[in-house]
Amino acid sequence: MIRIGIVGLGKMGLSHLAMFKAHPDVDLAGVCDSSGYVLDVLGKYTGVPTYKDYGEMIRRTDLDAVVIATPSHLHAAMVRTALEAGLHVFCEKPFCLNDADGEALTKLAADRGLVTQVGYHNRYVGSFGEVKRLLELGAIGEVTHGLAEAYGPVVLKPKGGTWRSKKSAGGGCLYDYAAHPIDLVTWYLGAPDGVSGSRLNSIFSAEIDDEVTTSIQYPGDSTVQVSVNWSDESQRKMTTRLTLWGTTGRIFVDRQEIHVYLRDTATVPEGYRVGWNVKYTTELTEPVWYYLRGEEYSAQVADFVTRVAEGRQEGTNTFATAARTDKVLSLIARDAASPGGLSFDDGAPERDGTPLPGRAPAGSAEKRPLWRRRRPLVGQGGGR
Amino acid sequence: MQRLLFGDNQFFGVNHMSEEKARAQAMRFQDLDAVMEVLDAAYDEGVRTFMCTTHDRVAEICDRVRANPQRYAGQEFFPCMPYAHKYANAMTEDGPLGAIRRFLPDEGFLNAAVRGGKSLAGKDIEGIVTLLVDAEMTMFRGLRAPVIFLQNVVVDLLLGLGFDEAFRIFADHIHSRYQAEPGFITMNLPRLLDSLDRVGVENPVVCSNINKLGFRMSGGLEEYARVLEERQFRSIAMSVFASGAIPPREAIEWVCAQPNLESIVFGASSRRNIASTRELVDEFWPAARPVHNATSA
Repeated sequence: MIRIGIVGLGKMGLSHLAMFKAHPDVDLAGVCDSSGYVLDVLGKYTGVPTYKDYGEMIRRTDLDAVVIATPSHLHAAMVRTALEAGLHVFCEKPFCLNDADGEALTKLAADRGLVTQVGYHNRYVGSFGEVKRLLELGAIGEVTHGLAEAYGPVVLKPKGGTWRSKKSAGGGCLYDYAAHPIDLVTWYLGAPDGVSGSRLNSIFSAEIDDEVTTSIQYPGDSTVQVSVNWSDESQRKMTTRLTLWGTTGRIFVDRQEIHVYLRDTATVPEGYRVGWNVKYTTELTEPVWYYLRGEEYSAQVADFVTRVAEGRQEGTNTFATAARTDKVLSLIARDAASPGGLSFDDGAPERDGTPLPGRAPAGSAEKRPLWRRRRPLVGQGGGR
Repeated sequence: MQRLLFGDNQFFGVNHMSEEKARAQAMRFQDLDAVMEVLDAAYDEGVRTFMCTTHDRVAEICDRVRANPQRYAGQEFFPCMPYAHKYANAMTEDGPLGAIRRFLPDEGFLNAAVRGGKSLAGKDIEGIVTLLVDAEMTMFRGLRAPVIFLQNVVVDLLLGLGFDEAFRIFADHIHSRYQAEPGFITMNLPRLLDSLDRVGVENPVVCSNINKLGFRMSGGLEEYARVLEERQFRSIAMSVFASGAIPPREAIEWVCAQPNLESIVFGASSRRNIASTRELVDEFWPAARPVHNATSA
C-alpha cells in the first residue's frame, strides 16, 4: 500500500481525493486544507484523518507521497517541504510560477531519487496520446505549423471570489487554462526557440487575463499559434484542440476524436491509410478501475501510484517536463508585457527599398521577416 | 418504469463522440420549439418518460408541459440533479462553499436560512443536501416525477470519497418529501451497489452505462454481468450505443439480452430515430419477459 496525503481541497483536490481514496493500492493517510469547513465535513463523514497545517501532516503522518492541489503560488514551497522530507510528489498544474523554483525543485527531486508528477491530465487522454504516437512514428513528416486552442466558460463576470482571479496567486487564463494546450505543444514538439506576438487580454476580469494569444517559435521558421479564451460561454465546457500541419499530412485532435489526413508520401502507420482517418475516444481509451470525470484523471492517478510503487523516476509528466511548460508560460507573460510589432502607421512599403514583411525577394540576404528583426524574440536563453 | 426512457443530452450539446456534432446539436436545439418537436415525437411514439438534467432550459420545457395538460397527459419526468457544469464553474469562481450558497433556493427563504445556516454551522450536510434538492426540484412543481436521480459526477465523487451517508440522506429525502424513488447514475456500478447496501438503500434504481464494448463501465463487463444477475436493484442502461461506436441493431440486441434490465435510456433527434429504436426494442425485448426485482415506479 502507498500511503498518501493530500493538501488543498478545492475542485481539483476533492477530485484527486476521490480517485486516490478509491485506488486499491492507496491508503489515504491524511488530508489538509486551510479552511476548516470542507475538512471537518470530510473528517466527520468519511473518517479520513484531517490536518489544518501542512507541516504537521507531514511530520505526524507516515507518508510515502503527497498530492499538492493548492493555489499555484503555494506550490513551490510545499513541494520543497515534501521533497526535503523524502516524499514523492504529485503537484497540480501549473507546477511553479517562478522558473528558478521549477528548475531547483526538479534537481532536488532527481538528486533524492524521488518520483514526481504534475497534473497535466491531457497527456493521459487517449486521442492526445495517439497524436504523440503518430508524431513519433513520423506519420505527418516534419511539423511545419500548428494551432493550439482552448475555449470555455470559466470567467463570465468581473469579480471572482477565489485565488483563481488573483494575479499574485497564479490566477489568469495563461497559467490556469492556456497551460493545457501549451503543455501538449511542448510534449509533442519539445522546448521551443521562443515566443513572439503574445497578448494577454482581459474581457471581464479586473486583475487577470481572460484571453491569451501567442506564436511559439520552433527551429526552421515553424510556428504554433496559440488561441485561448476562458470567457467563451458558447462552449458548454472546456474544449482543448490542436491542429498540426506536417510535410506529409495533417492532424486535428480534441479530447474526443482525432482526424488524420495522410498524403500519399506519408509513412502510413498500421491501422491508418492514405487520405482521411477518423478515430474516436471509444477506441482510443483504456478502461479505468474507477471513473469520475474522464478516464484521463483516473489514469494519471494510477500512473503515479504505479511509479511510486516501482520508484520509477522517468514518466510521461514529470517536474522536468512541467518546468519546461512553465518556462514557455513565463516567456509569454514577459513577451506580452513588452511593446513590439510593426505599427500600421509606420508602413512605407518599399519606398526605401525595404521589402514588405515576409516578402523578401528570392535570393535576398534578408531571410527573416522584418517584424522579427525589429523585435527580438523572447527566447529560452536570452533576456531583454 | 417504461422500458424506454428519453434522455436529453442531444438537446444540450452533449455528445461523447464529437464536439462538432455537439455544437451542431446545440445550434439546432437553440429554440425551444425544436426541442418540443422532438419531445412530442417521442411522446407520440409512446416514449413518455423524459429523463432530464436540471438545466435551466428544462424549466422552460416544464412550463410548456404544465401549460398543456391534455397534450401531455401521460408525460413523466425523471429529473437528474444537479446539472453539474453550473456547479463546477461556480466552484472555480466562488469555491465550494460559495457555489453551494449561490444555488440555495430563493423561495421559502426563512426555511432555507434556518436549514442552511444551521447545517453550515454544524457541519451537518443533511440540511444542505435537502435544500439543494429542493432548489433543483422547483422547476418540476405540479408535474409527475416518480424517480429522481443524483447525477453521476456527484454520485461517483461521493462514492470515491467514501461519503456513503449522503446517498442515504438523498434517498430518505426523495422518499419522504416527494414520495418518489431515489435513483443514482454512476460509471462505477458494482462499487456503488456495495455502498448503497452499506447505508441500507434498498432495491435502488441505478442507471449506468451498459454496452457491448464495456465503454465507461468501471469494474469491467464481467463484473457488470455478475451484478446484473445477482444483485437486487432496478437497472437502467444508458450509453447502450457507446456514443455511436456500436451499430444500433447490434447494440440493442446485446443489451436486451442482459438479465434483469428494467429500462433503457436513449437520446435521438428525430422521430425516425426514436421509432427505429423503439422497433428494435420491441423486436429484441418481448414484453412478457420477467424482471426478478421489478416493482412499479
